[in-house]
Amino acid sequence: MTDAAHPAAASTDPSVDPAEVAKFSAMAAEWWDPAGKFAPLHKFNPVRLQFIRETAAKHFGRTGLRPFDGLTLLDIGCGGGLLAEPMTRLGFAVTGADASEKNVKTARTHATTSGLAIDYRVTTAESLAEAGVACDVVLNMEVVEHVADLPGYLNACARLVKPGGLMFVATLNKTLKSLALAKIGVEYVLRWLPPGTHDWTRFVEPERLTGFLKDAGLTVKQTQGVSFNPLSWSWSLSNDTDVNYIVVAGR
Amino acid sequence: MDADVIIGGGGFVGLSLALALARKGLSVTVADPVTPSAAADAAFDGRVSALSYASLRMFERLGVGADLASEAQPIEQILVTDATLDRPPSPFSLHFDGEEIGGPLGAIAENRAIRRALYAAVARQPIRLIAPAAVTGCSVEGAGVRARLSDGTELSAALLVAADGRESRLREEMGIGTVGWSYGQNGIVATVTHEKPHLGTAYEHFLPSGPFAILPLTGNRSSLVWTEKTADAASLMRLEPAEFLAEIARRFGDHLGAVAHEGPRWSYPLRFHLAREYVRPRFALAGDAAHGIHPIAGQGLNLGLRDVAALADVIADAAELGRDIGTLDVLKTYERWRRFDSFAMGLTMDAFNRLFSNDIAPLRLARDLGMGMVDRIAPLRRYFMREAGGDVGKLPSLMQA
Repeated sequence: MTDAAHPAAASTDPSVDPAEVAKFSAMAAEWWDPAGKFAPLHKFNPVRLQFIRETAAKHFGRTGLRPFDGLTLLDIGCGGGLLAEPMTRLGFAVTGADASEKNVKTARTHATTSGLAIDYRVTTAESLAEAGVACDVVLNMEVVEHVADLPGYLNACARLVKPGGLMFVATLNKTLKSLALAKIGVEYVLRWLPPGTHDWTRFVEPERLTGFLKDAGLTVKQTQGVSFNPLSWSWSLSNDTDVNYIVVAGR
Repeated sequence: MDADVIIGGGGFVGLSLALALARKGLSVTVADPVTPSAAADAAFDGRVSALSYASLRMFERLGVGADLASEAQPIEQILVTDATLDRPPSPFSLHFDGEEIGGPLGAIAENRAIRRALYAAVARQPIRLIAPAAVTGCSVEGAGVRARLSDGTELSAALLVAADGRESRLREEMGIGTVGWSYGQNGIVATVTHEKPHLGTAYEHFLPSGPFAILPLTGNRSSLVWTEKTADAASLMRLEPAEFLAEIARRFGDHLGAVAHEGPRWSYPLRFHLAREYVRPRFALAGDAAHGIHPIAGQGLNLGLRDVAALADVIADAAELGRDIGTLDVLKTYERWRRFDSFAMGLTMDAFNRLFSNDIAPLRLARDLGMGMVDRIAPLRRYFMREAGGDVGKLPSLMQA
């Protein structure tokens, strides 16, 4: 671990309104509180971190505590930076993209306190692709279920992957089980997410998703189920892709 | 940052943790008020420690085993008797034989030998050892903790671990209280030589004032761990050498031939304590700083090493996922894993001590019958041996077979 101040460190920029800084610090605290509003995401985070780390380490033939030194990663829909920060510690040079300015400012504030250099930008996959950005790893985690034009979006994302690179796409399957668990269970029974967070009609079957990825010129390497076990109250990788799953595609 | 982890205290627990973390690729700095040469001096610490076979496995993996091997005496069997000073040992004794579980029950080693082996292993690793210097305070700032050292240095890290012993200064600095009580007993420690070989047998005589343990050392030597009421211990410490030896002989018995006392004698007050919290953001307690138990079954160091192995697992797992190792979320996993175990072990030892440190007739009968029963039921004997060997419960990776 190293000390590194973010280039756009909010607290040192004289044009920044202190009230704004306070607001985003509070939001960062909320995003990063494992017992707070985003608790379900914190619970889910280790299993996806582990999957990304292991899959990428194997793909690039890397080992050690900072296996990804010298490689670049783009996190699309980065939110508060829950994936971007760990990926930076693992050695990646990380770009975090989010369409929400609020999220980007929040993530930036937290990265500054963490002493991590992360390039956060308010932008979309489409505009990054247009600008010719390409990374070794592209993370597309829990985004596609919110996208209107899926094939168009995935086409843009595919261009963001460098040749020889990887893209991870995590989303929710369109099954009765996912309607019962991920939509009704999570939003109305457990209240892990506010009602209306997800539109079940936008959930996508693995076959459709992998079809779009192939059309976009990528090779599908793996489809991995992720399940919640209510007995141990924890998430783990599984063969069950009925609800949550992650697709790994290469270029 | 200066290191991933700073460890305040370079005793068994601090040095073992440094080795365990360095093995996983983390950068570690240890600060201790005592230099290696002073700590290895015979006068510094006369105690011996019982190492369970889970602890021995861990030392093997940390590269401490080879240096320790020639100085550690394997325990082949343990003989437990209920005795008084004027009566012969009760016929209801308890015999644990390592053969029954396929190997020694553990080993006894002098603390200074363990310390020497740990220092040698640490010197072979890229571990920074700062001595003499104590960590006197700390402050948590954003993504790091800043530790202040007695020599004026300040160091920053993602996590500070307090392994600074039962009177932990860092625990106090953090305002973490303890629960506990004094046993009103002292442990007197002395080394004896004897005519006949002990054959790797450890004896535990339950005398009314407290347990009297004879622990086999290398050669024809044994270490006595002799529990007495505090006032009596003070008088025993004042005795002339010949009188002291006579008191030893009364309790020791003649099964190993003539006995002679070697070197100094030490007396340590016995207490039970458990820290109310094990972790704070960027701060964790380990070993005696977190808990202290009655030494009746020689479990104190083993419990501390189990903290080390568990904490190392938790930190390495988090670091491998790129998580911030100092967050409360990560450290709570360690607390949940270890605090209850320490408490349960502490209470068990407490109960043993209360059950045996008295001369109440019905209790004597009950415990003698209890020992007689355990002695006759092999699965129960094997269970006790595995429990004492540290082979039950969720084992950290360093201790797994």
